[in-house]
Amino acid sequence: MADTESNDAFVEFDRVQKSYDGEILVVKDLNLTMPRGEFLTMLGPSGSGKTTCLMMLAGFETATHGDIRLGGTSINNIPPHKRGIGMVFQNYALFPHMTIAENLSFPLEVRKMGKSDREAKIKRALDMVEMGAFGGRRPAQLSGGQQQRIALARALVFEPELVLMDEPLGALDKQLREKMQFEITNLAHNLGITTVYVTHDQTEALTMSDRVAVFDDGRIQQLDPPDTLYEEPQNSFVAQFIGENNTLEGVVKEINNGLALVELDDGELIDCKPVHESVKPGARTRVSIRPERVEYNKDRIQEGAHTLKAVVKEFIYMGDIFRTRLSVAGNDEFIIKTRNAPDVERLTPGQQIEVGWLPEDCRALDA
Amino acid sequence: MTDTSTQSGPMLAADGTPLKKSLARALRLQKMRALALIAPLLIFVLVSFVIPIGSMLFRSVENGSVAETLPLTVAELQNWDATSGELPDEALYAAFTTDMVAAIEAKKHTRLGSRLNYEHTGMSSLFRKSGRQIKKLDPAADAPFKDKIIDIDKKWGDVETWQVIKTHSVKYTNGYFLNAIDMQRTVEGAKAQPEDKQILIKLFQRTLFMSMVITVSCILLGYPVAWLLANLPARTANVLMILVLLPFWTSLLVRTSAWKVMLQQQGVINEVLVWLGIVADDARLVMINNQLGTIIAMTHILLPFMILPMYSVMQTIKPTYLRAAKSMGATNWTAFWRVYFPLSVPGIGAGSILVFILSIGYYITPEIVGGTKGVFISNRIAYHISSSLNWGLAAALGTILLAVVLVLYWAYDKIVGIDNVKLG
Repeated sequence: MADTESNDAFVEFDRVQKSYDGEILVVKDLNLTMPRGEFLTMLGPSGSGKTTCLMMLAGFETATHGDIRLGGTSINNIPPHKRGIGMVFQNYALFPHMTIAENLSFPLEVRKMGKSDREAKIKRALDMVEMGAFGGRRPAQLSGGQQQRIALARALVFEPELVLMDEPLGALDKQLREKMQFEITNLAHNLGITTVYVTHDQTEALTMSDRVAVFDDGRIQQLDPPDTLYEEPQNSFVAQFIGENNTLEGVVKEINNGLALVELDDGELIDCKPVHESVKPGARTRVSIRPERVEYNKDRIQEGAHTLKAVVKEFIYMGDIFRTRLSVAGNDEFIIKTRNAPDVERLTPGQQIEVGWLPEDCRALDA
Repeated sequence: MTDTSTQSGPMLAADGTPLKKSLARALRLQKMRALALIAPLLIFVLVSFVIPIGSMLFRSVENGSVAETLPLTVAELQNWDATSGELPDEALYAAFTTDMVAAIEAKKHTRLGSRLNYEHTGMSSLFRKSGRQIKKLDPAADAPFKDKIIDIDKKWGDVETWQVIKTHSVKYTNGYFLNAIDMQRTVEGAKAQPEDKQILIKLFQRTLFMSMVITVSCILLGYPVAWLLANLPARTANVLMILVLLPFWTSLLVRTSAWKVMLQQQGVINEVLVWLGIVADDARLVMINNQLGTIIAMTHILLPFMILPMYSVMQTIKPTYLRAAKSMGATNWTAFWRVYFPLSVPGIGAGSILVFILSIGYYITPEIVGGTKGVFISNRIAYHISSSLNWGLAAALGTILLAVVLVLYWAYDKIVGIDNVKLG
């Protein structure tokens, strides 16, 4: 959103709106600029408009208002088959009546490519996804992961500059999904393709992308690289949606030296970093603190940290970490995560402790 | 498990009986219960399907009446050389008289007459008329019979009459099947029927041809409708579905008669065309009582049988296939032809088999709107069942029809593969 007009803009959404029924806007004023070679993920809950954006880019939906540009030219009136965009679909959409090789051959045939060229490209594409031996099989004879690879190879075989992926890993089990996440990103970066990836899985978005656009309510709520997105959420929705988050509600008292003094609903006063534009004296705010930034071990609480009283509600041993549910300032769902280290105290429910965090880890967002 | 795995020989259950036996015993009750559940259907299918078809197949070759009614004559005919051109000798006439007197007593001679009349016209009246005279003869006292019998009717002096009796005296005959394909059984073996009697082959050809035309028109008309049904929003599709099914809720007879009203020369279509000035009043289109009428009416009647299987197959074709094809650069037409159409072929196959098999045996519609040029083989079968009472020939025609359907089904399986037929 904050992007300035850049010369290397490859994909551009310019004030794009979309409505299906003329009453409700599914996509509201979308502005997005992608440079060549970027891996961008559209992340959001279902109904947030992310898939609609992808479909508009692919040409299967028309924008109600605004311009979509690819390489500088408007593609609003170009039918999907002339856009030259590769696409991987949610359930792969491999043609069941064709063999794998025929599936891959299809985009080349419609481009009137010669037989020997076709075969060379198919072979290269299959080797690329390590499926060289499967050319003669039918899609139904392959496992989900294998079909996934073929769908990827088919989207890449005609060497498009832009590839769209619509929740391509949704149907795979966890282990396979993690493996494929890694492979897809590698492939995309090695080939230098620009990729737009749609998912509702935030881990997937964080691990794969150069930048993530978080969608909600038809708008991009935040567009940033994964680390910025996680560490510096710009509003409550992003803070809640990405990763785990603790929220404390209160009223802003004053803003001094770049710190906001917030009076929590139970009367406690804490210092926070004012982030959202609505954070002004007298306004309600939600304060967001990441669970792993909260410390309860007295020796480890850093200087300048703000401390509050807490009661342990639940202690969950998760192997690598301890996850503890606390009651803090009237919030019974306050979660903290502690690395399992030898010197860390294991808490018991009912225990009274003190927790602390640095004011800069505590972000005052919109109410 | 550990001790049984070391044993050689069959696996044993815990009590030492062979595992297979023990398993069979455990499942027996379940099997019996399952059988009892399907028993009503099984019995119904047997009674209403297997037995009638079996009896039809049997009737098409069964030919007991000559040998039953004239046992002595048939035995005596073995000694007579039918191709010699000479009349049989006195012994045969004597045997014939004995048989006939007994047959007349039992009133069986007229039935034999009608049976032989199928093969040779005039036999029925010959048996009926001669019966009254032969009754007066005494097989024990009135010998010799040859001249007396020929006196009663001079046809008994024709070599041909005896040839007919001899050719059809076998207990199981291929005669009906030969008749069904415009041939006849003669003393010299199978021969073609006289030209003016050859109509059945032509009828078979017409039936097959018209069924094919009907099937093709159903595909052409049904495909877009099925596509619409599968792709329109649910509410509109439901209305369209009702329109498709509407014919099912109307009597077949009413629908066919409606076509008569539409198509006849003083009918709706002709009147409109004349009124519009497209067709001259004295050159009204002939659209009924011919093949065109049958094809139009039957296409309409059988259309739902094509649309429904196509629709249920098309419903399973995900729209993402088309999107995928387009995203890879295929035009709308290529995407349809290379992706959608091949995936919808099983539906076309299922619909075609249904429509073709239904139309090949269709009876009412061709009977009402077909006139003489638009009737099917089934109308001929019905004629032989109810009017000429030649059930043997009707059975043979039916059997051939069944065989044709089975052959086509087999051919379809070879070419398209029956696995590719989907009803949903």
